[in-house]
Amino acid sequence: MPQDFLPILVLFIMSVGLGILVLIIARLFGPRVPTRAKMMPYESGMRPIGQAMRRLPIRYYLTATLFIVFDIEIVFLYPWAVVYKRMNPIWVGLAEILFFFVLVIIGYVYLLRKGALEWE
Amino acid sequence: MITFPSDLNLGPIAPALVVVVTGILVMLADLFLFRAEDRHNTVWVALGGLIVAFLVTLGLWGQVSGGPITAIGGLAILDRFALFLDLILILVTAIVMLLSAEYLVEQNIEHAEFYTLILFSVSGMMLMGASADLMTLWVSFETFSIALYVLAAYARPKVESEEAGLKYFFLGAFSAGFFLYGIAMTYGATGTTRLMGIAQFIQANAATISANNMLYVGLGLILVGLGFKVALVPFHQWTPDVYEGAPTAVTAFMATATKAAGFAALLRVLFLAFPQLSGAWSTILALLAVLTMIGGNVIALSQRNIKRMLAYSSIAHAGYILIAIVAGGAQAVSAAMFYILAYALMTLGAFAVVIALNRGGAEVVNFEDYAGLIQRRPGLTHALAVFMFALTGFPPLAGFVGKWYIFDLAVRNGWAWLAVVGTLASVISAGYYLYIVVLMYMRPAPDNAPDLGGAQGTAGLAVALTLIGTVLLGIFASPIFNLAQSALLAAR
Repeated sequence: MPQDFLPILVLFIMSVGLGILVLIIARLFGPRVPTRAKMMPYESGMRPIGQAMRRLPIRYYLTATLFIVFDIEIVFLYPWAVVYKRMNPIWVGLAEILFFFVLVIIGYVYLLRKGALEWE
Repeated sequence: MITFPSDLNLGPIAPALVVVVTGILVMLADLFLFRAEDRHNTVWVALGGLIVAFLVTLGLWGQVSGGPITAIGGLAILDRFALFLDLILILVTAIVMLLSAEYLVEQNIEHAEFYTLILFSVSGMMLMGASADLMTLWVSFETFSIALYVLAAYARPKVESEEAGLKYFFLGAFSAGFFLYGIAMTYGATGTTRLMGIAQFIQANAATISANNMLYVGLGLILVGLGFKVALVPFHQWTPDVYEGAPTAVTAFMATATKAAGFAALLRVLFLAFPQLSGAWSTILALLAVLTMIGGNVIALSQRNIKRMLAYSSIAHAGYILIAIVAGGAQAVSAAMFYILAYALMTLGAFAVVIALNRGGAEVVNFEDYAGLIQRRPGLTHALAVFMFALTGFPPLAGFVGKWYIFDLAVRNGWAWLAVVGTLASVISAGYYLYIVVLMYMRPAPDNAPDLGGAQGTAGLAVALTLIGTVLLGIFASPIFNLAQSALLAAR
């Protein structure tokens, strides 16, 4: 049994080894011309505007959590849309996603009525 | 072409479905139907839904007189075992709701979400009993656990409650990891997650099965995950802290409903999927049963807080129920289910008295507060005494009959030594159950005794119901036991 996993071990060693090798080669042969822009922490192209350890409004966390919840729920639409035309019978597929949406909307209405989305 | 399973029979999940819909209706009723000052009315919506679920379960009971019916592509199973569990869970939940109605107001934590979460949690537990596949089992396991994590932390600015929620969440997530890893291992070893498919695989490969280490590891990890939920020693460390910190109504729910669902899942997995490996798991579980009974009862002796005491008592009772599973045989399921019912009634009763004694925000949980209770609240004192005698196992109460069925089963199936350990452990348990009785009847009340509530309202109703149940289940045990017996598992 364990020997079945030998290729995975080889792959693991090779990928780690290759990564280290590339770093060593870059260190040995690459020219090092540090500029201010190059030494900046990478923030997806944005200029850093301060320290990461800042105080954030606590309301942000609730909004962020709600965003994640609904984001994940909407992700379910993609696999459904991909296979929708191949469902048999097709109305069951439609009924299932509509039912799912009713549940999501109930959750949304709940948040709205509870005032979870009010910022002030 | 993606075809849907042709056996889309919603029967097995119908009670759970009714409960989920009720949970959503409670939420919506709170939003649109009731004003803030009428919010307590949501409990009646929840109870109404439970009555509908009860009727649905009774209706299904008549339909499955024959063998079990698998449905939804073999993911769920409809048999009397699942329905019997549903009945226990509905009863427990209804009593917990009666307990909570006034308790939540007094603790200033009343929100309709409480009932919604309880209902969602129960729906997961019901699905657990109706599982015919490890994946269904896993999803229902998570459904009820996640709702319970929130419920444990429900008394939110109270630090103890937050601590309880956090501890339960971390350790619960950890145990869920063990459980899922066990499922993965089992799937790797057998190539299926269907409970009956696993049994068929083991039967077909009986000659080489003892060399299949992955299967044994998987079984062991599943036992760890479920052992955590039902609080077997040595997976019990979370229990006292969580039971003490959580709001008492939630503790009552966790101590009874979770245990019922956890043992139902254990019975399903062990008797449906791994019956041929009983030689392996019965030895392990016998050891765990001894540890659990002795550990729970001995540590309970040193407790001075009634919620912690009941937490260790719930651990000890998990040990007794485990004896039934170890002993196996045709009657193991009915003996275990009967004991779960009896235990649920007794424990709910004890918690009901604790809740009824609450006055205002302060909870009456210290042993000293119970001294001389007979002069102040005679009715509740007698009730608590009955529950303590029943938990110890005095005839003719429910606890005695339950223990008698289990120990009898153990002796007949060659586990006499386990029955002896169980009996000795029950003797130890008298040391703390009866200590409370001694305090209540024979000690004077302290001068600085706290204000007490009384047995009025719905909490009083809950005390009365559990009291009647505890006594009746002891005296008229055989009809209920026969009912449990007809709830035998499908595969046996």
